[in-house]
Amino acid sequence: MYSEKVMDHFNNPRNVGELEQPSGVGTVGNAKCGDIMRMYLDIDENGVIQEAKFKTFGCGAAVATSSMATELVKGKTVQQALEVTNKAVMEALDGLPPAKVHCSLLAEEAIHAALWDYAEKNNLTIEGLKKPVEDIEEKVQEDE
Amino acid sequence: MIYLDNAATTRVSAEVFEAMKPYFCEQYANPSSIYSFAGSAAKAVDEARRRTAALIGAQPNEIYFTSGGSESDNWAVKAAAEALERKGKHIITSRIEHHAVLHTCQYLEKHGYEVTYVSVDENGVVKLDELEAAIRPDTTLISIMAANNEIGTIQPLKEIGALASKNGILFHTDAVQAYGHIPLDVERLHIDLLSASSHKFHGPKGVGFLYIRKGVRMGSFLHGGAQERARRAGTHNTPGIVGLGAAAARAAAQMEETIEKETKLRDYLIKRVLDEVPYSRLNGHPSKRLPNNANFCFRFIEGESLLILLDQKGICASSGSACTSGSLDPSHVLLAIGLPHEIAHGSLRLTLSEETTREDIDVTVEAIKSIVERLRSMSPLYEDFVKAQREHGAQE
Repeated sequence: MYSEKVMDHFNNPRNVGELEQPSGVGTVGNAKCGDIMRMYLDIDENGVIQEAKFKTFGCGAAVATSSMATELVKGKTVQQALEVTNKAVMEALDGLPPAKVHCSLLAEEAIHAALWDYAEKNNLTIEGLKKPVEDIEEKVQEDE
Repeated sequence: MIYLDNAATTRVSAEVFEAMKPYFCEQYANPSSIYSFAGSAAKAVDEARRRTAALIGAQPNEIYFTSGGSESDNWAVKAAAEALERKGKHIITSRIEHHAVLHTCQYLEKHGYEVTYVSVDENGVVKLDELEAAIRPDTTLISIMAANNEIGTIQPLKEIGALASKNGILFHTDAVQAYGHIPLDVERLHIDLLSASSHKFHGPKGVGFLYIRKGVRMGSFLHGGAQERARRAGTHNTPGIVGLGAAAARAAAQMEETIEKETKLRDYLIKRVLDEVPYSRLNGHPSKRLPNNANFCFRFIEGESLLILLDQKGICASSGSACTSGSLDPSHVLLAIGLPHEIAHGSLRLTLSEETTREDIDVTVEAIKSIVERLRSMSPLYEDFVKAQREHGAQE
C-alpha cells in the first residue's frame, strides 16, 4: 500500500524530537481525526532554516510526510521553505495512497504554522504566508 | 509469523481441507442433478446441513446455505422486513452491529422503514431497558449480534429472544463471530434467524448459512433456482458446504476444550498488557466476551502505525483506527461504548485461535511494549501529557 520511501521514512523517521528554544513551532491537525503534527524550526539570522524537528501522532503516512517535510525544509530559506508544498512532499515520497493525501497537506500546514509562529515572534511579514488553518479537515474539504 | 487476526479469518484446518478435496475433481457433479453420479455430492451436502444444524440445536431443513455472513445478514434483515411490512415497518437493531446489518438497515430506511438503533453500555452490552422501550406495535424485527466482531462482547441473547418472542417480533442474530466459538441454541435463546460464516471457525471462505426457523415466512434473496427449498438460488458450492459442515462438526467436538484454552491465554494476554503497558485499557466486557478476543486502546498513539510496526515483527493484528476503516472516523463500535475519538484511534484487536501459544502471546506483548513506547516518544499528544504531568507535579 505504501511506497518504499514512505516505509523508509516511517521506519527510520528523520528529525524526530523537539527543539529546546525553537525559532518557530507549529501544531496542526486534530486528535479527533487521528493526525497531529508538531514542527519545530530553528532559523538563523539570515532566515535560513538550520534545524527542523517534528513529533507526530498519526498513521504511517502522517509520520513519513512529517519526516520528509523536515528533510525538505532544512537548509532552505524561509521563502524557499514556503515552496515545499504537499505535492513536493508527496513526490519526494514517490506518492501516497489517495486516502492519505490529507497527510501531505498536514505536513505543508505544519511548516506554515511553524513559520507563522516564527514571523509573529519576530514581528516579520513573510510574503505569501497565510495564517494556518487549525482544522486541517476543513481545508481538505475546501480543497475538494 | 504470529497470526492474531482470527476474527478477520482463520486457517482452514487440515481435516476440513481433507473433507473438501473429493468434491473438486472427483465428485464434481451438481448435487441437484438426477443421475446417480450426483448422488454422492447430494449426500455430502445433506450431511453438511445436518452437522451445521446440530451445532445450534436446529433442524437440517432450517439451514439455508449462502455465500457467507454478509449475504445471510442482508437476506435476513431485508427479507424479514419486507415479508412483514403489512404488520409494520419498524426494526430494532444496535449501534454496534456489523456493517452488513447496519448498512442493510440504512438501505431499508431509504425505502420507508424506520429503524431504532439501541445504544450499548461502556462494556458494549446492549441496553435491554432501551431495547424494550423501543418496541412498538409496528415493530417486526429485532436484529442484535450474538458477539461483537471488534470488542468481543457477548450479548444477552436469551433476554433479547424472550423479549422478541413475548411481543411476537422476529429475532435475528448475526452470529458470524460466535457460531463455532461459543454454545448457541436457537430454541433456548428464542432465535428465529441466525447468520454465520464458515471461514471464521477454520472452514473455507465464501460459504455460510442462514438459519430460518420453521414457519417463518420470508422471500428469497437470490432468485432463479430451486436450490435450498427454493429459497436461495444458485448451484451448491459443494466443497465449500462440505467444508462448513466439517468445520461445524469439528467445533462441536472440541468447543469446550478450545474455550478453556483460549480463555486462559486471552486473560493472560489481557493481564500482561494492562499491567505492563501504561495508559492502556481493555475494550469490551471483561468476562462476557469471546474466548479469543482481546481489544485494547493505547493512549497517545495511532492504530495504523502500531499495526505496521507489529507487521514488521511478524505479528498480524487489526485496529479500529480511522486509517484502517478508510474514513476519518474511528470504529463506530469504540465510539458507541463512549470512547473519545482520540483514544478510539489508538485501538488494537488481537484475536487468538486454538493454535495460539503462550510463547506467541509473550512475544506479542514484548513487541507491543516496545512499539507503544517508540510511538509515544514521537507523539505530540504524549509530549503535552508529560509536560502537563510535570507542571502538575511542580505545583504540588
